[in-house]
Amino acid sequence: MIIDTNVYLSAWPFRHLEGEEPAELVAKLRKRNVVQAWAGSVGGMLHRDIASVNFRLTQACRAYGQGMLVPFGSINPKLPDWQEDVRRCQEKHKMLGIRLHPNYQGYNLADPVFAELLKLATARRLIVQLALCMEDVRTQPPLLRVPPVDITALVDVVKSTPGLRLELLNCTSSISKEQYRAAFSAGDVYAEISMVEGIAGVGRLVHEIPLPRVLFGSYYPFFYFESALLKVQESGLDEAPQRAICEDNARRLMGPAASAGLYRTNVR
Amino acid sequence: MLNRRTLLKSFCAGSALALAQAKPWEFRGDSELCRNMRIWDQHAHLGSVPGNTPEERMAFLVKCMDRVGVERLILSQGYSADEHPTPDQIRGENDRVMRAVKAFPDRAYGSVYLSPAYLDFSLQEFDRCVRDGPMVCIGEIEAEARCNVPEMDPIAERAVAMNLPILQHEWLKAGGNKPGESSPFDVVELAKRHPKLQIVCAHTGGNWELGIRAIRDTKNVYAGIAGSDPTSGFVEMAVRELGAERVIYGSDVGGRSFASQIAKVEGANISESDKRLILGGNLRRLLTPMLRRKGSKV
Repeated sequence: MIIDTNVYLSAWPFRHLEGEEPAELVAKLRKRNVVQAWAGSVGGMLHRDIASVNFRLTQACRAYGQGMLVPFGSINPKLPDWQEDVRRCQEKHKMLGIRLHPNYQGYNLADPVFAELLKLATARRLIVQLALCMEDVRTQPPLLRVPPVDITALVDVVKSTPGLRLELLNCTSSISKEQYRAAFSAGDVYAEISMVEGIAGVGRLVHEIPLPRVLFGSYYPFFYFESALLKVQESGLDEAPQRAICEDNARRLMGPAASAGLYRTNVR
Repeated sequence: MLNRRTLLKSFCAGSALALAQAKPWEFRGDSELCRNMRIWDQHAHLGSVPGNTPEERMAFLVKCMDRVGVERLILSQGYSADEHPTPDQIRGENDRVMRAVKAFPDRAYGSVYLSPAYLDFSLQEFDRCVRDGPMVCIGEIEAEARCNVPEMDPIAERAVAMNLPILQHEWLKAGGNKPGESSPFDVVELAKRHPKLQIVCAHTGGNWELGIRAIRDTKNVYAGIAGSDPTSGFVEMAVRELGAERVIYGSDVGGRSFASQIAKVEGANISESDKRLILGGNLRRLLTPMLRRKGSKV
């Protein structure tokens, strides 16, 4: 079984993607043995009526996949009363976590509002996913050139937020290994593999950060799903670490209650 | 002694066994590529590969090739990450490639590293490594001069005379290329001056929606898919606009993985026969005259 911690629903503004329709996405994931996918919304990156984005995401996840899709709501802490969006994500939509896109929303990780957001999410026991980039800067459209998130300030913010569960999405190689290492050392920080590159890159990654912190992520449908799958195959890792990456580590991150919920969803 | 036939049989048996024991998260290609082991990779380097010698690095690559079903690769540039190599560096990197190929003659061919910035040297190096040596094609050419310069003409003429392809580095970067870095437009310019030349755009611009359009009408230019993120739609658009016969798989290992680049083909919504062309058939067709000349069985 695979738990894919990084998929997106809704259309990418600059390209038609196979799999952007929820039914197509679910069919593809199911074909590749994915039992659960943590889904964010492309709209959550750009829209300002983010409450409606999160509502539609929740509806789509309920309508398709029979529990396979787990919504991760978007929060933009530069919007007025963003705290209400966090509340709705947890209380109303019963979400497992939230997804952030700082570089598309005009704040950096040194901004006090970022630390405030992490504290609130942690208090509400939400997993926080931080998308470090969405596209290689060399291939971005001329009017939407967005550099990757600068994670220099992350270490201090993580250290000052006990209990935080943070997953870094789209771990681009344009951020240095030293910065990643510092971030993973600072607390309960995870990475998914969609943008891990280089020969046997996933196999080499687990020598750089602890195996329990590595999660499966495809970044489907922006990336071909098969990329992440083949990277695990190319890694040369034994069965146990492969299983850890593809499933066990995500279950541990979710916690026993949510993981049990996943099981009930599957047997229903 | 293992020959090619028994080696392939053992791979097939191994793959069949692996399929029988497949874990839920293991990839099984729709096109059963791993079983057939006919993936040829046009674009590979020894740079960023673990190992202290070319032989050790190639051994590491072979392990990874076996895991994802790559039968053979075309190796170039050695360890180099230098965009402005001197003649001595170029010669040294070609020697490294030849050492790696010699250690694994059934898994790799060599491709000569040249630079139009050093034309006389490059023609001598071509003769040393290709005409009189074991290498079977030219490139990846990645140098401080763009490939539309007149100094590329004698190199192109050698390629045409010996009926072998050139792999040319190029990008179309948002924000602009580096000085001296080629674009797909430069490749087209060279290809139009040499209509019998077969030339592969190593990255199809990186910005492939632009690169594919740039090369579309120049039939002797091929779209290489190596060395960019596995963004959905690349291979579908290339097949639609160019035809599968003009699309060539390469990885750009060790900076990239085989996995992410094979996925561009394996995950694409195209026919099985198109996948086979892209993942090896086209490259074998382009290399056939040279391989025959070298006495290799194709």
